[in-house]
Amino acid sequence: MLGGRAVLVSSASTVVFFLVLFAAIALAPGASIVQERFLDPVHLKQAFLGTQTSPSVFEALLLNVKMFMIAEAFILVFALIVAIVRGIPGPVFFPFRAVAVAYTDLFRGVPLILVLYMLGFGVPGLGLRFFSSRSDVTYGIASLVLVYSAYVAEVYRAGIDSIHESQIAAARSLGLSRWQSLRFVVLPQAIRRVIPPLLNDFIGLQKDTALVSVLGSVEAARAAQIYAAEQFNYSSYVIAAALFVLLTIPLARFTDQLIARDRRRRAAGVTV
Amino acid sequence: MMPSGPPETAPGDGPALRVDNVYKSFGANRVLNGISVQVAPLEVICLIGASGSGKSTLLKCINLLEPVDSGSIFVEGHDITTPGVDVNQVRRRIGIVFQAFNLFPHMSVLQNITLGPRRVLQASSSEAGGRAAELLDRIGLSDKKDEYPDRLSGGQQQRVAIARALAMNPEIMLLDEITSALDPELVAEVLGLVKELALGGMTMVIATHEMGFARDTADRVCFLDEGLIIEEGRPEEMFTAPQQPRTRQFLQRIIAAGRL
Repeated sequence: MLGGRAVLVSSASTVVFFLVLFAAIALAPGASIVQERFLDPVHLKQAFLGTQTSPSVFEALLLNVKMFMIAEAFILVFALIVAIVRGIPGPVFFPFRAVAVAYTDLFRGVPLILVLYMLGFGVPGLGLRFFSSRSDVTYGIASLVLVYSAYVAEVYRAGIDSIHESQIAAARSLGLSRWQSLRFVVLPQAIRRVIPPLLNDFIGLQKDTALVSVLGSVEAARAAQIYAAEQFNYSSYVIAAALFVLLTIPLARFTDQLIARDRRRRAAGVTV
Repeated sequence: MMPSGPPETAPGDGPALRVDNVYKSFGANRVLNGISVQVAPLEVICLIGASGSGKSTLLKCINLLEPVDSGSIFVEGHDITTPGVDVNQVRRRIGIVFQAFNLFPHMSVLQNITLGPRRVLQASSSEAGGRAAELLDRIGLSDKKDEYPDRLSGGQQQRVAIARALAMNPEIMLLDEITSALDPELVAEVLGLVKELALGGMTMVIATHEMGFARDTADRVCFLDEGLIIEEGRPEEMFTAPQQPRTRQFLQRIIAAGRL
């Protein structure tokens, strides 16, 4: 705990810090212009609601939410499969493990924007009946799933590796098969442990849905860009940024809640 | 209840367990050095010996948690160390209790006990639950069935671990220094339960440092040294008139430490 003197010092230093920061920004030569261009209340409101010629940033954000939700569902399952495949022992499964390793290496290495270009412009060019006639949003979601699953698979794997061998020994000693031990003993514990880093990746995913705009989808960032281009005012970017922040906060609180519930449940000893 | 192949000899005829000339090394470290031992049905044997003498490794080999390098292990006359043997089938017949309990922390006491019967023996939820209730009553923890392991004392956790192993109706129980991780005042409740189990009739192989317990409970005591049983006998003989110098030395150290 801080003592009385420490509280005094920390309060004073906080006040001074923010005064200096505020002064530096407010007294900058271009401060009034920046305020006009980025923080104009009228433009903030207009960009939020949309005009006759430019889409509402708020409505466009719904597309981000939709892409995020669909991508997340696929990533949770696909990444888990990759993580499990990577951990299957035995020489027979070497090719499967190799594919899983190659996949994570590849898609963690290639920037998302390049995956978007290659998938969004390349696959339609292939002329395949089913795959080549999808919407930009579909290619966008597919790219997000491919890239993020590579990260999330590693998160899962870290969780699986963190479960002590003695847990597996205990499960196997009861006669559970390797798969049953994984399913009933290892994975439930592993997934619980990686929920915070998992949710962290998903907050990143929420933001990166903005990159799908390079394929032409009008999501929040693109809607803000359209507004800025028409009105010569960048307040639309600020409102888009603010909305993205608001979007991530519920997820962060949800994570906290999950962790707290798990702790409470164990402490109370009640079966859920 | 448990499907098992026809034994080559009728149960009760031959030994319940026979370990035959088993070798096991971890890298350059040879832990089991051609060890052989037989356990008759309903016999309780205690393995004693210094840390690193191979007691735990022997139990892990019997439960196939560690593969043997050479030699054979027979359960009810079946060689369980031949390639192609169904390890899950073997393990469901042999229960093991570990030094560190190894309960599943994400499951309640009841779920810990019913996991094996439900997933391996395909028992229904009510069947497994009924059997678990019986076992919980026997270990005196009926009121803890919905608790999670980290809410229990070490002694309670170890009793649950014993119940979890018993829930599979094993033919043989292996106990691997099950009181070594317990506070001294919790040892008695666990050993008392094991003693009851022995009196009730159960084939058991017990690795232990508790010499008083071994003397009171075991039908036979085996002294392990460097991966071999160098002396065995009835507890009263072993503890009062050991023949081998190394056994004597070991027991003297134990007595000096106040453990006997």
